[in-house]
Amino acid sequence: MQMSGAQMVCEAIIAEGTKTVFGYPGGAIMHVYDEIYKQNGFEHILTRHEQAAVHAADGYARATGEVGVAMVTSGPGFTNAVTGLATAYMDSIPMVVISGQVPLSLIGTDGFQEIDAVGISRPCTKHNFLVRTLEELPRILKEAFYLARTGRPGPVLVDIPKDITVDIGEFVYPTEVNIPTYKPTYKGNRRQIEKAAEAIKKSKKPLLYVGGGAVLSDAYLLVRELVEKTQIPVVETLMARGVMGAGNPLLLGMLGMHGNYASNMAMSETDLVISLGARFDDRVTGKLSEFAKYADIIHVDIDPANIAKLVDVDYPIVGDITQVLEDLIPLLEDVNTDRYQAWREILRRYDELHPQSFVDSDKEIKPQWVIERIGELVGEQAIITSDVGQHQMWAAQHYPFDRPRQWINSGGLGTMGFGFPAAIGAKVACPEKTVINITGDGSILMNMQELVTAAEYKTPVINVILNNQFLGMVRQWQSFFYEKRFSETDLTFQPNFKKLAEACGGIGYDVTTKEEFDAALKDAIEKDQVCFMNVAISRFENVLPMVPAGGALFNMMLPQKSENDKGEK
Amino acid sequence: MSLENERRVISVIVMNESSVLARVTSLFAARGYNISSLTVAPIPNSDMSHITIETQGSPRVMEQITKQLHKLIPVYKVIEHEEMVEKEMVLVKFPIAENLSDIAALCSAYNGGIVNVGTEMVIAMVADEPCRIRHFIEATERYNPIEVVRGGVVAIER
Ligand SMILES: Cc1ncc(C[n+]2csc(CCOP(=O)(O)OP(=O)(O)O)c2C)c(N)n1
Ligand SMILES: [Mg+2]
Repeated sequence: MQMSGAQMVCEAIIAEGTKTVFGYPGGAIMHVYDEIYKQNGFEHILTRHEQAAVHAADGYARATGEVGVAMVTSGPGFTNAVTGLATAYMDSIPMVVISGQVPLSLIGTDGFQEIDAVGISRPCTKHNFLVRTLEELPRILKEAFYLARTGRPGPVLVDIPKDITVDIGEFVYPTEVNIPTYKPTYKGNRRQIEKAAEAIKKSKKPLLYVGGGAVLSDAYLLVRELVEKTQIPVVETLMARGVMGAGNPLLLGMLGMHGNYASNMAMSETDLVISLGARFDDRVTGKLSEFAKYADIIHVDIDPANIAKLVDVDYPIVGDITQVLEDLIPLLEDVNTDRYQAWREILRRYDELHPQSFVDSDKEIKPQWVIERIGELVGEQAIITSDVGQHQMWAAQHYPFDRPRQWINSGGLGTMGFGFPAAIGAKVACPEKTVINITGDGSILMNMQELVTAAEYKTPVINVILNNQFLGMVRQWQSFFYEKRFSETDLTFQPNFKKLAEACGGIGYDVTTKEEFDAALKDAIEKDQVCFMNVAISRFENVLPMVPAGGALFNMMLPQKSENDKGEK
Repeated sequence: MSLENERRVISVIVMNESSVLARVTSLFAARGYNISSLTVAPIPNSDMSHITIETQGSPRVMEQITKQLHKLIPVYKVIEHEEMVEKEMVLVKFPIAENLSDIAALCSAYNGGIVNVGTEMVIAMVADEPCRIRHFIEATERYNPIEVVRGGVVAIER
């Protein structure tokens, strides 16, 4: 069929099954927007900033596992999108971003709003394309979606010069993709899997180390089956929260810099690490030479470059976690779960010694209380997104996550400003869920303009601002490592969050007591409208336990047992 | 062990498409890997090109380089050379006043010769193993070379 390049873009989006595109128009992409106006195969949501469009597409992808789609114009539209691309790239999120580019004849002339988009995005995309002819456009669009969702997922950029969107040509959307240089490995090597099974049976202190790959591979039921069958204790990374489900007796918790005591001790003492889709990030491992020092390592990952990147691996298995577990679990039928009984007992004692806890207060609201309270009131019904800082860590530590894709946060890049637009994307994808962004008084301001988007499109995201009037996480480091010189972290000069929300068509709540919090949350869920819930929390609360950067995991700063020992005034 | 910064030669077979070389080199730059020399040319009768990279690094770094290169979508194959024939070419320009028969003798000792003679200068060309090329360049120093242009390593697995 004959059509313009712009129409081809819309047809491809429809053919890929995308229901919602997030974006922001401008000169170079206007022909595509003109076609968007004429079609009704998908909805377009106009965010109020390109960064937010990409985060929203990202949140949509994380909540569903489907490819998120964002659209931006050339030049500043594209550069605004870069943080979004990098955020998705670091967490391996399937996404296609379509950017306008100046006409082919202007490329290389420093034309108006020309920027080298493929050059800038090369290190923060899985792959990118600058379209050079109309003929190759259908194939490139097809490959972009294919690359985004297969193998180790990731964002793909398609940069389209304006004249190509105008030109008319024949459109046949390819049904198949054949990229001879790209053949991801899904099935794990049989011999390696057998060896790994033997190692598991021989070990005394095995530990399952589950990462974001288990979420991306939708492998959580198999992970739970493996644990059920073997009775091996589990630690989750920040990205894997929800895979095991809160309350599972074999789940020790989250490990790493802000991991709980039992998890970090387990990693320090285990004799066999079974890593499923984790990548030994420095925020997880602490000092590498002390990490899992006594253990052999089984490392399952779809990306061979992740294996043995940082630690030596004894049983490398390249493959998709789902497929590898399908092969591995039957080999463990005869495992003797009693072997690990003594180990489980040690870990149970560790957890008794220093449980994940905090000292609650009657005088002020503790952030951890807020998280646990949200868990009690909405629990499984909610999708929780977060920004970056202390509030993010408290959410990861204290929320009772029941399932993967319930917890959406920027783990790899740590992007403040991610939470709210990602929550909008998640709400669009899952309108039946209550979507709550747990954020900070610093982070929320980084994409607060999205109040307008959420109000316009009736995506009632609840923003719970844990307001400590600080860039709290940085303040915490200053307290611990910079002799309390609070350089540029004091946020006592604050906007009126309530009025801000109201001014943009949302609801605002000021919360200073626990009762007010309960009432506000109930009201927000009933009103079903975007809101800012400004919760005044204890200012100097720290995230604990904490492993100082570069320290060994077993050297944790632990919470004090009494309230008057906060070390701050 | 002296393995820490071993010299290695890697061949990367890539699809001929725009910016593929930029993908390869920016990967080296972004991850802090070294490039000592780099050559690229299309492979005859195919839609691929052959990139040869001379680099150094510890075994872990080498393993990462190979894997990261492989991850690039247009990369078809990565060969970490073990048993290879490697060659490099060099062009050297000498003033015409130098002793031409000495220079010719030197070049032929390194499988090369004088390839161009002008009114002001002569140009010699030598193609040999990279370490021999280094020796050749050292040996030319007494003939006051005006300019030395090395071609970078190419290699083929035996
Ligand atoms: C875009 C961006 N800029 C800076 C940082 C560094 N940073 C990490 S946490 C943090 C403080 C966040 O403050 P707030 O949102 O109030 O959260 P809190 O830690 O107080 O809970 C900062 C500045 C970042 N992660 N992202
Ligand atoms: Mg704060």
